[in-house]
Order: sequence, then structure tokens, then C-alpha cells
Amino acid sequence: MATSLNRAPHPAVNTSPYYSRQLRRFTIKAMVTLLAIMLLFVYLLPLGNMLLTAISTREQLSQSASDSVIPSAPVNFTYAGSETIPAGDYPVFKVPTEDGAIHSWALVEKKRNTSQFLDPSNPDAGLIEWKGSWRTLEPDRTFAPALENFGIAWEGIKFPQVFRNTLVIAVAGMIGTLLSCICVAYAFARFPIPGKNILFIILIGTIILPSQVTLIPTYAFFAAIGWTNTMLPLIVPHFFANAYNVFLLRQYFLTLPRELDEAAMIDGAGPFKVLISVIIPQSWPVIIAVAVFHFVWAWNDFFGPLIYLIGKPDLQPISVAVQVFNFQFGPHPELIQATSLMALVLPLLIFFLAQRVFMRGVVVTGVEK
Amino acid sequence: MTTTSNTLNSPTSTAPKQSKTRSVVQQQRIWGWVFLSPWIIGFLAFTAFPMLASLIFSFTDFQIGEWPPSFVGLDNWANLFVDPNTSQSLGVTFRFAIVSLPVAIGLPLILASLLNSKVVFGKPLLRVLFYMPYMVPAISSIFIWQSFLNGQTGWLNRLLRLLRIVDPPNWLFDPSVITWGLVLLGVWGIGNAMLTMLASMQGVPTELYEAADVDGANGLVKWLRITLPMISPVILYNVVLTVIGLMQYFLPAYVLTSTTRTNPETNFFNLNLYRTAFQFGHMGFASAQAWMIFIIALILTLAIFSTSNRWVYYSGGE
Repeated sequence: MATSLNRAPHPAVNTSPYYSRQLRRFTIKAMVTLLAIMLLFVYLLPLGNMLLTAISTREQLSQSASDSVIPSAPVNFTYAGSETIPAGDYPVFKVPTEDGAIHSWALVEKKRNTSQFLDPSNPDAGLIEWKGSWRTLEPDRTFAPALENFGIAWEGIKFPQVFRNTLVIAVAGMIGTLLSCICVAYAFARFPIPGKNILFIILIGTIILPSQVTLIPTYAFFAAIGWTNTMLPLIVPHFFANAYNVFLLRQYFLTLPRELDEAAMIDGAGPFKVLISVIIPQSWPVIIAVAVFHFVWAWNDFFGPLIYLIGKPDLQPISVAVQVFNFQFGPHPELIQATSLMALVLPLLIFFLAQRVFMRGVVVTGVEK
Repeated sequence: MTTTSNTLNSPTSTAPKQSKTRSVVQQQRIWGWVFLSPWIIGFLAFTAFPMLASLIFSFTDFQIGEWPPSFVGLDNWANLFVDPNTSQSLGVTFRFAIVSLPVAIGLPLILASLLNSKVVFGKPLLRVLFYMPYMVPAISSIFIWQSFLNGQTGWLNRLLRLLRIVDPPNWLFDPSVITWGLVLLGVWGIGNAMLTMLASMQGVPTELYEAADVDGANGLVKWLRITLPMISPVILYNVVLTVIGLMQYFLPAYVLTSTTRTNPETNFFNLNLYRTAFQFGHMGFASAQAWMIFIIALILTLAIFSTSNRWVYYSGGE
């Protein structure tokens, strides 16, 4: 398109080389952007599927697949009644007339070949006679979200309880992660520990360790000390640091100037004091990133709660609760989608609020290694 | 050895104060160990010791609640090669990994290239929106895709029917297409790969592209000869993490088979391991399975790294 504009100049178009190049560039940009938006649309289409399913009724979803995906309900016109027409709820149909227009009229009196209608926008005009079989008419439908699904889902998964459980597990683990990872990263960034490089390689090596290989003894250990069916196995291990977050914090600490540490030390500050009053105040962006990483990770975690809390439904977090609920209510797609939506709202909200520091953190752990 | 690492690691600015250095360094070293201790303890308690223990368990008939287990020699290890479930699940895992890996690397590469190109409006917003599905909790994501891929009412098949495809597949039920169904279900997991590739592309020095422009190279040549080699370390990193992740594939298979039915096509290694350990209670045999997949993952990682000097370019010259 852009090239054809160049080749066949139209008098109305400014064809000076500068503008033509600008136009060409703009056209390419617009088309590539359009392509990206179309890709994005397809990529996010399952979200639309989820949203509309979550607000549909069971009846509508069981109708044939060719029907509309928009949740809707037949329209009724409630008429107060007049001298000739009794009061009542009359179904509204799409009624074509000879002039080619289609009217939304309420059906008052059904007969085989002619029927009496009422115009809801002007009921005082009285009955309108229409020739033809009313059975051939299409009922008028209107957008009708079944918001009650969320109420049922809320009760079904005991949302307040699972929300509280998830929050306790995520926040307690987050505190542990922050305390331990900050200390360990500080050690790696600032202290002359013999064999530090080897230790650091071991730390990074744990990233590529498949978790199955430690799973069974860890489970057996927690079972032996009576921690299964408690939240402790999901919280306590986070007080012992993990590779991703230590790496992220260390990279950040290494960029901080040592002069400030040394000035504080000359003023008599010990290593703890330096950490708390010099390092941490300079590191809020990365600390927030680690906090968000852990929170989202814990919200998402399924396998841990699955094996440790299987016998204790009252303590289960949202991930397992949604799965258990949907296992029991398999043939209720609208409730499955409603619970899925409820489980993703908070992580997505946190992501949008913290997306800058969050994505920066992903880049540091992924690119700089 | 300690002295060399001392001089390597101690801050250069303290070097002139030689008289005090020894005791200060000594003290610093002790503090270093103190701050390092959470990880040392955690590594020993939750990584090193359990690894050793699972290796020992793999030679026993250990079951939860039955202590002490008795040694059965190499029985579990021999069983790995005899048990049809183990070999079948390994096959499922490998086949899925081979199909999945190109998508898990190629798709984020394409998206990152698109978002890195100079000819797109609204890149920051597009980047956030393409990354967003990665933030959807896995359990929600699986149920959302299960609905999207539903043979009758799912939007994918509605779309395909609109495009005049008469009989679109029942993605998650039909054994012949379920692998593709699971690959589709996995495309929401590319966020991190896309973001790291994009960041790496943005770090490519512009002089390289300018030099190529002088030589008259077109966009594709620049992408193949400059962009790809320059971001190859990040591609390597993503390939390794993806392969390890695929060897541990569990959740979608678990959720889909628990809500629908057991299916040999979704009998992934890790799902089979979970069943061995937590449904049948054969912790000893499951430990052997765990070590088997660990060894396989290790061999694959080493194999990928060993090929890396042929296709990964380190601008530092290492």
C-alpha cells in the first residue's frame, strides 16, 4: 500500500520525498502495530472466554455451540394493564413489518395466523395486529450477566477462609524470604568469605535442580516431626533463602557504592547497623521486587499445599481449594470460571501496581547471569 | 587458598591500612559466615541432606509410617527399566518436551523481536499485556484454557468453525491431539522468556546495526547475524530452564486428569512419580524415579551446555 502511494502520486497528496517517506514509515508502523494488536487479541482471547462463561447461566452454556457467547435473557414487557388489555408480563419478539423495519413488540394475544402485539415504547397506542405465525418470530434478548455465579462460587470455595489461608502462607513466607535472602545476599556482596565463588556457583546450581529429587525425604521429614497438615512446611523453608532472590538482591547490592558502608563503619556502625541503615534504605526497589515475587509465587503454589494440606481442607489456600471445588462440581463450567477469576484478581492487581520493579527484577535474574 | 581469596575479595580501599587488616578481615569473615548461615543451613537441610536421603531411600522399600525400611539392593533401580508405567511416562514426557521446546523458545523470540522493533506503537503497554498472562495463577490458567479448548463451546473451536473448519478437534479429550492441546495451554507461560529476550535485545549495541546499515544489510540479515548471536546467552539460559521445567511437568496433567479421566497420553513422569509416592505410598521406588529424572535432567543440561560453544556467542570473549 505504501509503495503504491509512492509510485502513483495523486495530485491531492503531498508527494515531496520527505512527506512520502514519513507517510510510508507511518503506514508500516501502523500495520505492524495492528499485527501486534491482533496477536495480542488472540493471545488474550481465553480471558474473554473465561469472563463471559463466568457470567453465563448453566442453561445458556448447555445450549448448542452455535449460539451467541454473550450471556443474555429473553426480554419481557411488564404491562400495568388497561381497560382492554389485561396486566401481565408479555414476552418481547423481534417483529418484522412490511416496510422492512424490525420492531421489538410484546406479544399479548397468540393466534395461529394473526397475533396481537403491544409496542412497549408506546403502550397507550393499543394493540397492533400482525399477520403471520408468531412461532416463527425470534425472541428479543438482552444482555443479562448471571452475577449470582460469583456468590455461589464465593460460598462454594469458602472464599474468606481460603483467602485468609493464602494470605497467611504468602505473607509469612515473604517475611522469611526477605529476612534470609537479604542477609545472604549481603554476605555474598560484601564479605570476604573463603570459597565464596564456589558457594555462589552452588547456590545458582540449585536453580536447575529438579525438585523431585528432594521431595520425598523432605516430605518424610515433615511427616516425622508432625508438620504435615499444618502450614509450617509451606512457610519455614523460606526462612533459609533461595537462589533467585539472593541473586537478584546481590546484583543490586553490588551496584551500591561501598563508600557509604565505610563511612558508617568509621562512625562505629557494626555490620548489622550497616545493613539496616545503609544498604536497605538504598534498596527498596529490589526489596519490593523480591516481596512481590514471593507473594505471587506463594499465591500460585499448588504442589506444596497439595501434599502437605491434603487432609486439612480448612487450611488449604486458594489454588488447591479451586481445584478441589472444581473436581467436585465438574459439570458447572460457569462456576469453574468464576472461581478461576477470583483466584487471579489479586496477583494480577499486584502485578499491575508493581509491574515496573517486577519486570526489572525478571530481567536482572534472567539476563545478567 | 584462604589468603588468595582474602586478597581477591577484600575491598581494595582497605588495602593501605595493612596494620589493622588482619584482625578486621578475620572479623569480617566471621560476620560473612553469620550472614551466610541461613542459606548454608537451608542448603544442608533442604537440598544436600534430602538429596542424599532420597538416594539412600532408592535402595529401600520405604513407605510412610513404616519405619525402619529395609534395604532391597538394586531392586528399585532395576524396576525402573522393567516397570511399563515408568518407561511409558518417560516417553510421554520426552515427546511432549520435543514438541513444546520449539514453541517455548520460538514464540517468545518472535514476540520479543516484534516488541523490540522500531516500527511498533505503544511498546510499553504491549509488553505489559503480553507478559500479563504469566501472572495468572497456574490453576486459573489451566481451567481457563480447559474452557477455551472445549470441543463444543470453547472459543477456539467456535473461531475455527467461523473460519469454515468443519470438525475442529476436541483438544483435551482426543488422545491424538492432546499433546497439542497441552502445548496451547502452555503458551501463557512464555512471559519470562519473552521479557529476558527483549531486555537482551535492547542491550545490543546500536553501533552493530549502524555498521550493518552501512554494509546495506536488510532487516532479516541483521536479525539473523546480529540480534540472534547477541542474545544467544539468554536463549541458552531459557532453553536450559525450559528443559528442566518440562522434565518436571506436572500441574496441567494432574488437574486435567483429575477433572476428566486418566489417560495414558497425560501420564507424565512427574505425575506418575506423584502417584507412586503419594497414592500408592511406594516412597522407595518413587525416590529411584526421582533420581532417574534428576540424572536425565543433569545429562540434558550438560549436553545443552556442551553444544553451547557452537551457537552461543559471548561478547566478553570467554
